[in-house]
Amino acid sequence: MSVSAVTSPNLASSDAAVQQKMRTVAVVGPPNCGKTTLFNRLTGLRQKVGNFPGVTVEHHTGVLRDDEGHELGLIDLPGIYGMNPKSEDEKVTVDVLNGDMAGTPRPDGIVLVLDSNNLNRHLVLAARVIALGLPTLVVLNMADELHKQGGQVDIVSLAHQLGTPVSLVSAATGEGIDSVQKFLMSSTAAPAPLELPVLQDARGCREWAVKVGANASYRRPATPLWTKRLDSIFLHKFWGGVIFALVVVAVFQTIFAIGQPLSSLFQDGLDVTGGFIGNHLPEGLLQSLIINGIWNGVGAVLVFLPQILLLFLVIGILEDSGYLARAAVIADRVMSKAGLNGKCFIPLLSAYACAVPAIMATRTIESKRDRIATILIAPFMTCSARLPVYTMMIGAFVPNKPILGWFLGTRAVAMLGLYLLGFLMAVGTAKVLKSSVLKSKDAPFIMEMPPYRWPTAASIGLRLVDRAKAFVYRAGTVILGVSVVLWLLTNFPMQNGKPPAIEDSVVAQIGHAIEPAIKPLGWDWKIGVGLVTSMAARETIIATLGTLNGIDAESQALDLEAALRQQLTPAAAVALLVFFAFAMQCMSTVAIVRRETNGWKWPGIQFAYMTGMAIVCAYLSFHLVQMLS
Amino acid sequence: MIFNFISDMTGTDPSHSLYELPEGTRAVVHEFRLAQHVVEHLMNLGFVPGVEIEVSRSGPGGDPRVYRVDGTEVALRRDVSQQIEVRPLFDGARP
Repeated sequence: MSVSAVTSPNLASSDAAVQQKMRTVAVVGPPNCGKTTLFNRLTGLRQKVGNFPGVTVEHHTGVLRDDEGHELGLIDLPGIYGMNPKSEDEKVTVDVLNGDMAGTPRPDGIVLVLDSNNLNRHLVLAARVIALGLPTLVVLNMADELHKQGGQVDIVSLAHQLGTPVSLVSAATGEGIDSVQKFLMSSTAAPAPLELPVLQDARGCREWAVKVGANASYRRPATPLWTKRLDSIFLHKFWGGVIFALVVVAVFQTIFAIGQPLSSLFQDGLDVTGGFIGNHLPEGLLQSLIINGIWNGVGAVLVFLPQILLLFLVIGILEDSGYLARAAVIADRVMSKAGLNGKCFIPLLSAYACAVPAIMATRTIESKRDRIATILIAPFMTCSARLPVYTMMIGAFVPNKPILGWFLGTRAVAMLGLYLLGFLMAVGTAKVLKSSVLKSKDAPFIMEMPPYRWPTAASIGLRLVDRAKAFVYRAGTVILGVSVVLWLLTNFPMQNGKPPAIEDSVVAQIGHAIEPAIKPLGWDWKIGVGLVTSMAARETIIATLGTLNGIDAESQALDLEAALRQQLTPAAAVALLVFFAFAMQCMSTVAIVRRETNGWKWPGIQFAYMTGMAIVCAYLSFHLVQMLS
Repeated sequence: MIFNFISDMTGTDPSHSLYELPEGTRAVVHEFRLAQHVVEHLMNLGFVPGVEIEVSRSGPGGDPRVYRVDGTEVALRRDVSQQIEVRPLFDGARP
């Protein structure tokens, strides 16, 4: 029997279809059991990400179709350890399985994926899932590892004891997958009620699981020697820290040394395409809206895509290989000093590329308070949108003198100082938050260490596609709106049926209106306009200042640096840099925080806090520099 | 070993916390002094009273530390491992 996965036209209609007529089967299992690998093998590229209403946890759905055209919806639910959810992710799974998720019918069947290398523990979960009374297939995954390491299990005996079909598969190699497909396409009867020990008694459950395993002649495989060996290096008292530092440096190197040129290449591509489209449109307002408003605005955000994908590629490899869990253990010691834990390290590292994916990555943090704290401090990390602004300002105001010969110059030091500034502000903020409003006592650091595995191209590739879609969709839609509004502000009021010179536009009026407020910081109305336009994306200020200073795009960089030296005193320049280091000038980040925290409360607080901090610190640094010089 | 339950009578001094044990030693979980939801999480990960744990290794700086339980490894910070009471096991070779 061949089963093929098919694409549905779009999310809304397929979800509706799933709700109305299609049988649905949920794929559940503990974390790190290869559940997603199995799901990917069953559905391939033909899957979509969805969200349950009211929660931010994503789930993947895919549609399978057998030879006779019967369709079946498959849902991949977040990993669970038990039926008492700890994190938002787990709660979604438990709610769906219990039929308590509004808008999602209770699934018609369950594919329960367990790691065959660790049956004693996972059978306890099996008992709880089978007790739900839905038709269930117990899939013992990672059969290849089990056999290679000398383990064994009698699945017939296990099926007999559990009262459900059991299959031994390897999602990674494809071994035994057909038995899962057979289960999916046939309607199986609900399991006979399992005679379980009292479910609340953990020890009783354990003893039951060990007994069931023993009856099925289960022999746990030996721990792969190389997992122990790698741990003795990666968690080594001295080398562990050194390797950790090298990995962090390598991640940065990848983002900047490879990602940055890729992004510029992508930018050139966008410019050429924009020019091409512009040439094929009749001149006028519409052309200007499409090219100057939409294309350039959306392009300003899309340009970060190569860097973000590269970041996720590197993090994906680290994650799937098992190293990231070790990195979290090493980072935990430092993070705990700021009141956070090791799991916050990954999002904060991502934030150096872009706060949007970083905030999306906070979902794995179980403690709600730690998660909010991480979301609140992530935008202080120096993201790549700040980089062009820093480069321009440093280029204009810091003469390049060597400090340590060729190794370190004044400009590099200034740049590192700005990175440090954002980092210190993040740590300080975390400390304040975690010792006051977001204090949490009961969320300790407990983290499972997955065994080391070779990452597979398929699973990383699928995740990259997911991330790219999410970023383009979420950031792109906001930027589209902001870009159109900004375009309107720069192109109105019309003069004699033509857009005004930028000095006469609404945006200039806004710049003049806020000039009194920013005068104490040493900034004129042009900087004011730049601040307004940089709300869309920070680096937009470069293009705006270029336009306002009448500099054409060709020779932009050097001329703009000269113009800036005329426009700003050194003190005002420092104030502007400090402002950019702290202010939340990024509508995509505001939008993503609203989504991830389910409301305007946290993004509101965050925006007010960051902008307030930025203004106060810019003011202080302006006066400090003036006093010193 | 499939059946790694050890009778509560094994071991000697019952008043050790998991944190006090040196690396490489083994012990049997006895009791938790932690909030209910933390205990549940630990039990889901295999820390069930009566189950044998091995102190695997600590990261740079000594904390958190990785424990081997049931064939998997779990990292715990000091504030948790101090609140898990265990009964140390002694191998024939070691004192």
